[in-house]
Amino acid sequence: MSSYLYYPGCSMEGSGRSYRESLEGICEPLGISLEEIGDWNCCGATEYVSLSTTPAYAMIARNLAIAAGQKKADEPLVAACSACYLNLAKADHYMGAQPALNTRVNDALGAGGLHYDPGTVRVRHLLEVILNDVGLDKVRAAVKKPLTGLKVAPYLGCMVPRPDVDGTYTNHEQPNDLDRLLRALGADVVDYPLKTECCGGHMTQVAPKVGLELIRRLVAEAERREAVMMVTVCPMCQINIDAYQGEMNAMFHTKHKMPIVFFTQLMGVAFGLEPNKVGVGREYTNASKILAKALKAAPELALAAAGAVPAAHKPRPDKRALPMPRMADSEVEE
Amino acid sequence: MTAEHSHLPVEGEIRIGVYVCHCGSNIAGVVDVAEVARWAAENLRDQGVVVARDYKFMCSSPGQEFVTDDIKKYGLNRIVVAACSPHLHENTFRTATARGGLNPYLCELVSIREQDSWVHTDKAAATVKAKAILAGGVERVRRNEPLSPMTVDINPATLVVGGGIAGISATLEIADAGFKVYLVEKDPSIGGHMAQFDKTFPTLDCAACILTPKMLTAGTHPNVELLTWSEVEKVEGYVGNFTVTVRKKARYVNEDLCNGCGVCQEKCPKKVLDEVFEAGLGYRKAIYTPFAQAVPRTPVIDRPNCTYFEKGTCKACEKFCETNAIDFNQQDTVLTLEVGNIILATGYDLFDARKMQQYGYGQLPNVFTSLEFERLSNSAGPTNGHIVLRDGVTEPKSVAIVHCVGSRDKNHNSYCSAICCMQSLKFAHLVKEHTEATIYDFYIDMRTPGKGYDEFYQRIMEEGGIFVRGKPAEITDVARTVEEEGKLILQVEDTLIGQQRRFPVDMVILSSALEPRADAKELAVRFGISCSFDGWAIEKHPKLDPVATMTEGIFVAGCVSGPKDIPASVAQGAAAAARVLGRIQQKKMNLEPIKATVDAEHCSGCRICNTMCPYNAISFDDAKGVSSINVAMCQGCGTCIAACPAGAISGTGFSDEQVLAQIEGLLRIGADGMRPHRSGFPTTHHEAIEEAVRA
Repeated sequence: MSSYLYYPGCSMEGSGRSYRESLEGICEPLGISLEEIGDWNCCGATEYVSLSTTPAYAMIARNLAIAAGQKKADEPLVAACSACYLNLAKADHYMGAQPALNTRVNDALGAGGLHYDPGTVRVRHLLEVILNDVGLDKVRAAVKKPLTGLKVAPYLGCMVPRPDVDGTYTNHEQPNDLDRLLRALGADVVDYPLKTECCGGHMTQVAPKVGLELIRRLVAEAERREAVMMVTVCPMCQINIDAYQGEMNAMFHTKHKMPIVFFTQLMGVAFGLEPNKVGVGREYTNASKILAKALKAAPELALAAAGAVPAAHKPRPDKRALPMPRMADSEVEE
Repeated sequence: MTAEHSHLPVEGEIRIGVYVCHCGSNIAGVVDVAEVARWAAENLRDQGVVVARDYKFMCSSPGQEFVTDDIKKYGLNRIVVAACSPHLHENTFRTATARGGLNPYLCELVSIREQDSWVHTDKAAATVKAKAILAGGVERVRRNEPLSPMTVDINPATLVVGGGIAGISATLEIADAGFKVYLVEKDPSIGGHMAQFDKTFPTLDCAACILTPKMLTAGTHPNVELLTWSEVEKVEGYVGNFTVTVRKKARYVNEDLCNGCGVCQEKCPKKVLDEVFEAGLGYRKAIYTPFAQAVPRTPVIDRPNCTYFEKGTCKACEKFCETNAIDFNQQDTVLTLEVGNIILATGYDLFDARKMQQYGYGQLPNVFTSLEFERLSNSAGPTNGHIVLRDGVTEPKSVAIVHCVGSRDKNHNSYCSAICCMQSLKFAHLVKEHTEATIYDFYIDMRTPGKGYDEFYQRIMEEGGIFVRGKPAEITDVARTVEEEGKLILQVEDTLIGQQRRFPVDMVILSSALEPRADAKELAVRFGISCSFDGWAIEKHPKLDPVATMTEGIFVAGCVSGPKDIPASVAQGAAAAARVLGRIQQKKMNLEPIKATVDAEHCSGCRICNTMCPYNAISFDDAKGVSSINVAMCQGCGTCIAACPAGAISGTGFSDEQVLAQIEGLLRIGADGMRPHRSGFPTTHHEAIEEAVRA
């Protein structure tokens, strides 16, 4: 059992409750334990750092100082929410890179009897912890109900792979990390080139036309690529795409119905947990029925995939066609 | 200006002449050269300075005459020139010194340009630094000894590595002059990248028509020994006397029996994707020549893909071969060649466009690389020159050509690949010629220097190509509008109108960067030359000696030292050949006497120096348990001397005594440019260096 410090952030308590519920459900099968840091506060979300640097970083660094005090060995601090992860990681990085900022932030922390030395706590995102520490082999071993045939569009949003202050991701344009994890659950992952495009962020509030168009692009493309649901790592992406789909349909006279769930929810379901125990059904655009249907069809499809039933006839490529460039195996670590 | 204090020479007295160069405004713009000369005459008198001058261009004929005349006039026996880097003019002033009747090694050139005026803006401080550098040179030259060069014989045979257009040009120049050339090529045929092209810019002449006659001449020339499907494994020896080990890989085809009829290739049942010559766009057989006009015409069997080698049966080629040339038992042969000079013309690799995932190469079928397009447009290529989409039949109605893919990009290669603008223009013309398509060129800057190049650019613009200044952010198949459905869309900031634009097209061609060969760094080690961080070979001088390297007897030509187009590669091939021919004609060559030697008494046999030598000049004598230096190979760089923990290696012309004296001279100048900085002499080498760093 590997233990980690855990920073939940506000989403996990509210709009992203299903993220928290599913995360709690998968910790045991993955062999990880999360210890919530005490008396944590807001991460500053996406706005504060662009308004006023010192108070924003001081607020974020307070969480880092608490985590530094709470850790027993060198447990990293894990965040599941993309914004929380990015803010914590950025605060640690910039305090290290900018001595003047470090001094100002620590002056502020000092007023509350706290201190934080940059580099003391390693901030990590949940997805990367599961991929690199737990590993896909362990994930595969925990799968009891493979999601065979469930066509999903992996959607990371902007904050996890970029700016990647600690250099965890080798590819910032088209990272395949979430694809690999979902494939380990047996899901049929569609090629989704918009995986790091903008979800609209707060544009849904300040400029709805812009925000809703960004959501429309994501949803329409997932649908065009025959995904039945989108899967994300970010509570903000989730709420934007989920809660504003109705408004979006009204604005563009479309009828999209694309559920979006957290990757931890699909992990939970694949690990054999009841969908409603991992928060499935809390979405505005309900994923329950699609998931139930897929789970029902999965065993037969899994057999077919294993070669027990003859596979559907694959069309022969046109002899005149030119060969495609050879690509490295997509399962290979990037 | 001259400052002198003449008194009659005394027997055994050191009499130094100092010459400070303005280098136009290169030095004089920052350093007060007249003051430096005045100061030297006055303050370095005790060190033996008899005369000090400054002059506009010391390297010019009147400048050199000062040196030669003063030697006689003032009875000088040491010369210090404060000017540019020794790389540039050390030889000039040594020659001038010799003309004056002194041993040339009694002249010392100190750099107040590269190490002073070019890197400073504070005139007063730069002038003080020039004085310090000069004082160091004066201290050093006092300890210089007369040296005489050693002479080696030059073996008239030459090795050319790489059979592309640069290597072929070099080979033919030397062979036509009547000397033996070994041309080693790793592929089954010579021809290189040029053989893959259909047309060449800016004249659009057919690449095959101008290349294949040269290939054939190289293949049949009585003075050329062609070693294709071969690689250089080891290089030993030194200029004039290299011993080279070449592995000739087994072809499994007897070259003497094969008549090149090609029936084996027809009958071979195994089709293999050709990722070398056809750039992955076409197929060859398991027994193959890369292309119809290959030289030599003898095919090779691709062992990992041959059905017989894999399963033990087949031998179709053997059954149908009328001359019984197939030999499945053939082994690699290892040849030892004796050559006097080596020309490296190993070419380039194309940047792997898969690394830029935002451009979708490998994911989006209708994104092609430049080499793929070369094959696509080649009448002997996989589509017989029909420009079609990846489906093999549809002609594109719109084509985007993206410049600078992987070059001028700090994420990949920061340099400009030099050929891509012209190549892209050629592509635009070929698309226009073969299809009805609308053509878009996406460029950062158009770079078309060269004879007839900008005229070609004008011509393509007149042909109706659309030029958009901006580097695409991404190429995607995610449509936003109905018009974009089914197309590849380039998202780009058009920097001329300052707007984001989207261009839906059918086909995209990525003009990818030229990169050093994947094994460029190993190659550099094998031949004992230097290469840049990127992997391009470093020339002896980038402007004045672009085909020589710092290692005597090893020359470079073509893209091995950086991206070049065909005319430049051909010119370099011929230039390298001319340099080699000069050596051959001389029959003997003088080598710099600046060498390192090991004092066997003090050598502990630790072998630290063995691996540090960039010229592979140090070997270890197992019997005696000591390292020794091959004087002919040693280039006098001093690396081993600094590395030797026992201080057992010393350098002729750069002894510890000379170096420490030079440092002492440097340190004598305090911040006011007058007083000694510190008294006393550093007791150890390390102390001296520490002191220099602190200063």
